[in-house]
Amino acid sequence: MAHYRTIRDQDWPLLTIALAICAMGILQIYSATFGTAWSDAWWRQCLYVAAGLVLFWLVASLDYHTLLNQAPVYYWVSIAGLVAVLMLGKEVSGGRRWIPLIAGFHFQVSEFVKAVLILLVARHLADLKGERLETRDLLKLGALTALPAALVMKQPDLGTALSYLPILVMGIFLAGLSWRHLAVMALAGALALPVGWRLLKDYQKARLVTFLDPSRDPRGAGYQVIQSQIAVGAGGMWGKGVTRGSQTQLRFLPVPHTDFIFSAFAEEHGFVGVIVMLGLYFLLLMQVVQNAQMAPDRAGMYVAMGVAALLLFHLLINIGMVVGRMPVTGIPLPLMSYGGSSILSWFLMLGLVNNVRLRRFVN
Amino acid sequence: MTEYLSEADEHRAPAERAFRDDPKLAGGRIALFQYLALAVFLFLISGFWQLQVRNPEFYSERAERNSIKALPVLAPRGKILDRDGRVIVDNHSSFSLILSREHFKPEHVRLIAAGLNLDEAELSRRLYRFRSRPRYEPIIIKEELTPAEIAFVEAHRDPDGLPELELVHAHRRLYPQNSLAAHVIGYVGEVSEAELNSPEFIKYEPGDVIGKAGIERQYDEHLRGIDGQRQVLVDNLGRERKLIGFKEAIAGKNLQLTIDLDLQVVAELAMEGRKGAVVALDPRNGEVLAMVSRPAFDPNKFAGRIGSADWKELISNPDNPLLNRAIQAQLAPGSTFKPFVALAGLETGAIDENFQVRCPGGATFYGRYFRCWVKQGHGLVDLHKGLVQSCDVFFYNVGNRTGIDDIARYAELAGFGRKTGIDLPHEAEGVVPSSQWKMRQFRQKWYAGETISVAIGQGALTVTPLQLAYAVGGLAMGGVWYRPHLVKDHRPKEAPRVARISSDNASKIVYGMYGVVNEGGTGVRARLPGISVCGKTGSSQLASNEALKRAKLGLALKDNAWFVGFAPCESPEIVVAALYESGEHGYLAAPIVRDVIKAYFDKKSRIAAALVAQSRPRFGPELPAAPSAAQGAP
Repeated sequence: MAHYRTIRDQDWPLLTIALAICAMGILQIYSATFGTAWSDAWWRQCLYVAAGLVLFWLVASLDYHTLLNQAPVYYWVSIAGLVAVLMLGKEVSGGRRWIPLIAGFHFQVSEFVKAVLILLVARHLADLKGERLETRDLLKLGALTALPAALVMKQPDLGTALSYLPILVMGIFLAGLSWRHLAVMALAGALALPVGWRLLKDYQKARLVTFLDPSRDPRGAGYQVIQSQIAVGAGGMWGKGVTRGSQTQLRFLPVPHTDFIFSAFAEEHGFVGVIVMLGLYFLLLMQVVQNAQMAPDRAGMYVAMGVAALLLFHLLINIGMVVGRMPVTGIPLPLMSYGGSSILSWFLMLGLVNNVRLRRFVN
Repeated sequence: MTEYLSEADEHRAPAERAFRDDPKLAGGRIALFQYLALAVFLFLISGFWQLQVRNPEFYSERAERNSIKALPVLAPRGKILDRDGRVIVDNHSSFSLILSREHFKPEHVRLIAAGLNLDEAELSRRLYRFRSRPRYEPIIIKEELTPAEIAFVEAHRDPDGLPELELVHAHRRLYPQNSLAAHVIGYVGEVSEAELNSPEFIKYEPGDVIGKAGIERQYDEHLRGIDGQRQVLVDNLGRERKLIGFKEAIAGKNLQLTIDLDLQVVAELAMEGRKGAVVALDPRNGEVLAMVSRPAFDPNKFAGRIGSADWKELISNPDNPLLNRAIQAQLAPGSTFKPFVALAGLETGAIDENFQVRCPGGATFYGRYFRCWVKQGHGLVDLHKGLVQSCDVFFYNVGNRTGIDDIARYAELAGFGRKTGIDLPHEAEGVVPSSQWKMRQFRQKWYAGETISVAIGQGALTVTPLQLAYAVGGLAMGGVWYRPHLVKDHRPKEAPRVARISSDNASKIVYGMYGVVNEGGTGVRARLPGISVCGKTGSSQLASNEALKRAKLGLALKDNAWFVGFAPCESPEIVVAALYESGEHGYLAAPIVRDVIKAYFDKKSRIAAALVAQSRPRFGPELPAAPSAAQGAP
């Protein structure tokens, strides 16, 4: 039985699409780091993807219900991890996000918190007795999400902190939200805005202001947006070809192998490449959603939909930023951006989705 | 499978599970999410459509401007050489600093000014001047960077530093020390806004370095090269990645002058610490052998962008060091004009060689008493003695007999009153007064009494040192005037101006000028053993308005001393005019001319001796000794 499950029932389309996206990512990392100090990044990314595949199968071999049961443990371990990052993390360009591991690898706890939060939210919502959410549940879930988000914001990493939000929102949305709660939340959000603004760091404020008008500061915060738009626009219909994009190759594009990898991709592969790539992401997203629809129980659906929500949020924020339609928040593009923590965490989450799929005939 | 069920049962009541666990319940909401996802994707695609399909050219162009930088390759100016090919003006390598305004932040002005020792206000003004130029055009903000300044630029290369700064290799003008021939050479400088607005400078652009004065200006087109351009691919730090286009700079052509450095140096030394000018010409072809004007300036201070402090000092100096006195000082020639009065008298027949005047130390003309410069008088004076002793009374009479219009005619024939046409900018014309001139200028009749002053080179008559050398040289040649010029390979092919004057009359005057130097005349100090030097002294009073000005400034009212001389007497090879302002007596200017003439003949015999020494072993039999430059007295 177990054999049958592991070979034929695996979500092969999901894995294929994910690996195709990873392959394009590796190609783009190769091109973007060509001739720089980072020129071995594509190879490291290959290793991360390989490790991700291992993780994918490891997660698939466990039952997601076991994982759901252990979610509180993971959660508190994560919180401890985030606190540890703040206390002894490695500082890179003004932020503490990484915990150093052996052999020069660094571990970004906040990436894995996403998977943990998905499990935790799914567990809590699946445990609900009533048809609709009670205020008590809402407050509890909100607090559980706000704690790691606050710790991540302290790093400071606004983008990642914000990415925890769609997990919660998606869960609440699926669980069924009364109009009363919606109104209260909207009001609370509106009230929180000025407070939130004051909590932001200067550079984060600058980014938001610049998002509204990039030309205000073409050499500062607006620089990244403008350079990204130039790169995308210069790509035109067919792109400039691999390792041929001047914006990417001459470093006008900021971090072309991580946060702005899609700009680099758009410059070198053009509108046609963009459509292909967005098509792959759309297929991936729909595959995840399909798994949610076929989930054996609510817990499985919440897990899969949490992943879907997170994926859509990442795509919207990252790619929206690339075309200048979203502020610069510095979150990676799933499966494409260079980075071990991000790749592993995404394979972990896709593994969870696969896990849900594997259990669909159980009932 | 059973394992799973029991596990799930552990934390859920089976009755509820059937209801809560039906995932289909949320089906509608999941569908809603799918539409949301579709909307997000369309939103993103529309962003790419906007950038990549609607107007990619706009962004391609900006990507190009980002990464392609055009840097000027500055062309070196041609060298300036003396007549023997010795370098007078050279170039030396230096670094200039370019500011690229595409990357410029106005708040950097202070830092840039501080790091490069520039005046902040001046830098801002400079940037303002270039406001109308396209932003991709870089502007030079400093030349001749010191190693410390270069280090400053290098240290601020990163994008958070001063990425707008760029170093370019330049060739800076290196002028001779001690202001040698400063006025002849002139200087280069950045084309000014006022100049750019005049049609003469139509082909220049802001920032261009052009010849501003002297030869540098006159032959700017010959000397200046054509700047090249380097198009490089740069990365975000402005580091060059690849050369994608190169247009070589075309160096300016060298220019050989007629100036002889040996003579120039002697003339400069003779004028050291004095005010005035020296011009040495070869009357046989018009070549300028030496030209000095004092006080002088240091052209090296102009070679780049002159500091405003230096500039203010130069233009506020009452002695006006920027004035090239050799061609721009217009002063009364005094007695040096007498040979031309004599020429006019002889040629018009107003006097002949037997004409004599008794000089009692002064004479009365038209009711006014005119003194001779020697109070006790010269006794009986004829033309020869009149020239040798520079007797004023004799020339009062000559002038009175000849009349102003004939004097003016012969003065103009000799080249006074108009530009000689030397290849230098801003040559002055001087004034030759005549009845016509007075009518034109003042709408007044000429009074015969005025002629008396003009006859001894005073009154309204003014000449430049160059005009005097030119006029005397042509007269010594028997009435053949070659246009003076400074450039050898641009030698004008034009024929000399030949005046039909009697050679007999000319030689009488030349003989008189021989006497000035060699027969105990006023110019004995110009005498050289073995060389027949001819000459004429002159001391001129300052024009009355000039005198007033000087009196106000509390300066001594001293006469200007002139001397003009040539040699050898009968076949002149060199003519030298010297002006020694406030030198009081003409005989004080004579040694200046003597030194230059001596240097000329010393060099000539040196060359001849060297030639003989060279040819001796080759031709075996001894050749006769080098012909002495000095041909002895006539």
